Amino acid sequence: MNYLNTLLFGYYPYLAISVFFVASLARFERDQFSWRTGSSQLLSSDEDFRLGNNLFHIGILLLFFGHFVGLLTPPAVYHSLGISTSAKQILAVIAGGIFGSICLAGIYRLIRRRLTDPRVRATSSRMDIFILLLIGFQLVLGLFTLPVSIYHYDGSSMLLLSEWAQRIVTFRSGAADVIADINFLFKLHLFFGMTLFLVFPFSRLVHVWSVPLGYFNRPYQVVRRRG
Amino acid sequence: MKIRAQIGMVLNLDKCIGCHTCSITCKNVWTSRSGAEYAWFNNVESKPGIGFPQQWENQDKWNGGWVRKINGKIEPKQGGKLKSLANIFANPNMPGIEDYYEPFDFDYGHLQNAPASKTPPTARPFSVITGERMEKIEGGPNWEDILGTEFESRSRDVNFEQVQKDMYGEFENTFMMYLPRLCEHCLNPTCVAACPSGSIYKREEDGIVLIDQDKCRGWRMCVSACPYKKIYYNWETGKSEKCVFCYPRIEAGEPTVCSETCVGRIRYLGVLLYDADRIEAAASCEDEQDLYQQQLDVFLDPFDEAVLAEARKEGIPESWLTAAQASPVYKMALDWKVAFPLHPEFRTLPMVWYVPPLSPIQAAAENDWIGMNHDIPDVRSLRIPVRYLANLLTAGKEEPVALALERMLAMRSYMRSKTVDGQINTQVLNQVGLTQAQVEDMYRYMAIANYEDRFVIPTSHREYAGSAFDAYSEQGGCGFSFGNGCSGDDKVNLFGGGKLTQRGKVPIKIPVKVEPVK
Repeated sequence: MNYLNTLLFGYYPYLAISVFFVASLARFERDQFSWRTGSSQLLSSDEDFRLGNNLFHIGILLLFFGHFVGLLTPPAVYHSLGISTSAKQILAVIAGGIFGSICLAGIYRLIRRRLTDPRVRATSSRMDIFILLLIGFQLVLGLFTLPVSIYHYDGSSMLLLSEWAQRIVTFRSGAADVIADINFLFKLHLFFGMTLFLVFPFSRLVHVWSVPLGYFNRPYQVVRRRG
Repeated sequence: MKIRAQIGMVLNLDKCIGCHTCSITCKNVWTSRSGAEYAWFNNVESKPGIGFPQQWENQDKWNGGWVRKINGKIEPKQGGKLKSLANIFANPNMPGIEDYYEPFDFDYGHLQNAPASKTPPTARPFSVITGERMEKIEGGPNWEDILGTEFESRSRDVNFEQVQKDMYGEFENTFMMYLPRLCEHCLNPTCVAACPSGSIYKREEDGIVLIDQDKCRGWRMCVSACPYKKIYYNWETGKSEKCVFCYPRIEAGEPTVCSETCVGRIRYLGVLLYDADRIEAAASCEDEQDLYQQQLDVFLDPFDEAVLAEARKEGIPESWLTAAQASPVYKMALDWKVAFPLHPEFRTLPMVWYVPPLSPIQAAAENDWIGMNHDIPDVRSLRIPVRYLANLLTAGKEEPVALALERMLAMRSYMRSKTVDGQINTQVLNQVGLTQAQVEDMYRYMAIANYEDRFVIPTSHREYAGSAFDAYSEQGGCGFSFGNGCSGDDKVNLFGGGKLTQRGKVPIKIPVKVEPVK
């Protein structure tokens, strides 16, 4: 069990992150033609889809940044801002609950559409369906961890999780041991989260890399000179 | 002054017979692929009608093109950069496939494989998106062909604005014209402006607007931004596609496929010189009805020595300047002023122009009397209302369109006198402000329409070529393709090897020592 724990939470994160970066780079370099959002809006778009897609994207972006800040901020930083561990825990649970609900309301609509709309279903690749279901499953797992967190309102498991994440990204040993005794739901959530990074470069998710922020800094018209 | 050259196109609607040869040859060359079945880089519409995709001209519905803000600046009607990105997850202005049509094919295999039956087997339609049988085809790229569908539906055509349209629903009063459409390769394209990735660009040397298929991410903002709805989202590749103006042919000095194969010889291709610095001011002029004149002012006179000197300084090759002087597009748009931009009110400064069609005289059918304006019939008595054409071509300003129609009628009258009566009637020319030389040229270009006169296309020039060895360096390369290997011009390659677009090795020049003759 300890061996499996070390494998999944000590080594798997590095495997996932390596594949995430290297495969993204490889795909961008060698097959940029396949680098796209994969939008199916043309084939089926109604009020419900537009609402669902907006909710999903806004929700998942908020969740991403929530996790990023929540996991990687060292306790000393928020303590110096006057936020106690349990206050941060409450904040995380409330924010996570709201963001997760927004995202869930969206992804429910998206999954239903992808599986039942004849045009969308017919033009979906296996990866398109898999990745959507994976995100949906991961989201539900994440929401299920909320009651567990509320049970530990002192923020103890949150501290362990952020300690694990900070050890991983700073290449310190013993990360897996930190969360060895944490609730099983958290472990599942971590595993599928890392898996999401692992399959990211092979799915349509690569469009996340291409957030078109450069649009703000260019003139409207683009003229290319030959050669 | 920043001089650039563009290959523009004129379509003489007076001669279009609506045969769709342009559409078919274009489709066979460019869009006979999965995901692009519904994409018609060129299509021909019967007007009046709502067109393809449905109601594309109605920008209250689609929010395409540009709007002039109160401060005098223009921004895409669907929104500036911030609003555009805010709508990126679900574009509220995106047409659905049903606004085009569900692409279909027929189950021809069934004709050969059907078991014996009392009735002959039929090839029934199926959707090429889902593969499922379609009980009823609900639309197509030419659904209103020759005034098909009821007038109620066709009368939603926005060009009926300020036209008493109800009478045109009556059989005796109806009118019709064809409108072949392709990408306008605008001077101020909204698609380029709306692309979040910056993948759409206008080529400096010939003005062709292209989508970099590698850089396109499928944000689909261009689809809604283009007021002509001439960008198609390929649902198979997830990339947007558009008319490429047959650039490989243009580069070789050949006309586009649609122009080459036009049996009515209605299409003209030629170089126009323009001042890129004037584009913004022209596109943001206050009154929509001035846009036509504003665009005319962007173009430069290729016979003006100062323009030529400046153009040479910009590095525009001599052959392009000669071509600009012989350009049929320049003659029709600027010299004779018989060609007009399509919907200038979209503020994109389109570069595919149209000669309005003449039509039978309405009054003659009614009371055996033709309203005459000296030697030519009154253009207001033509069956197609001038206002309708003006709504299509000059944002509703009737005078330029009326003058163009009068000039075409004057040309007919002049040539009739000349060839039938053996008389030179200069009075009719004075009436419309044409010289004898001009009208003889008009006759040569518009009536005879020789191949060499219609297409004056300079080949892509050595100065424009990417490498020192021109075509030689591209020989043996993989040419035009989608996918990796054939794209991008960065020389660095992460995984070794090289881009396959160009030959790896070019001969190294060895300096030869020439011994002096003893």
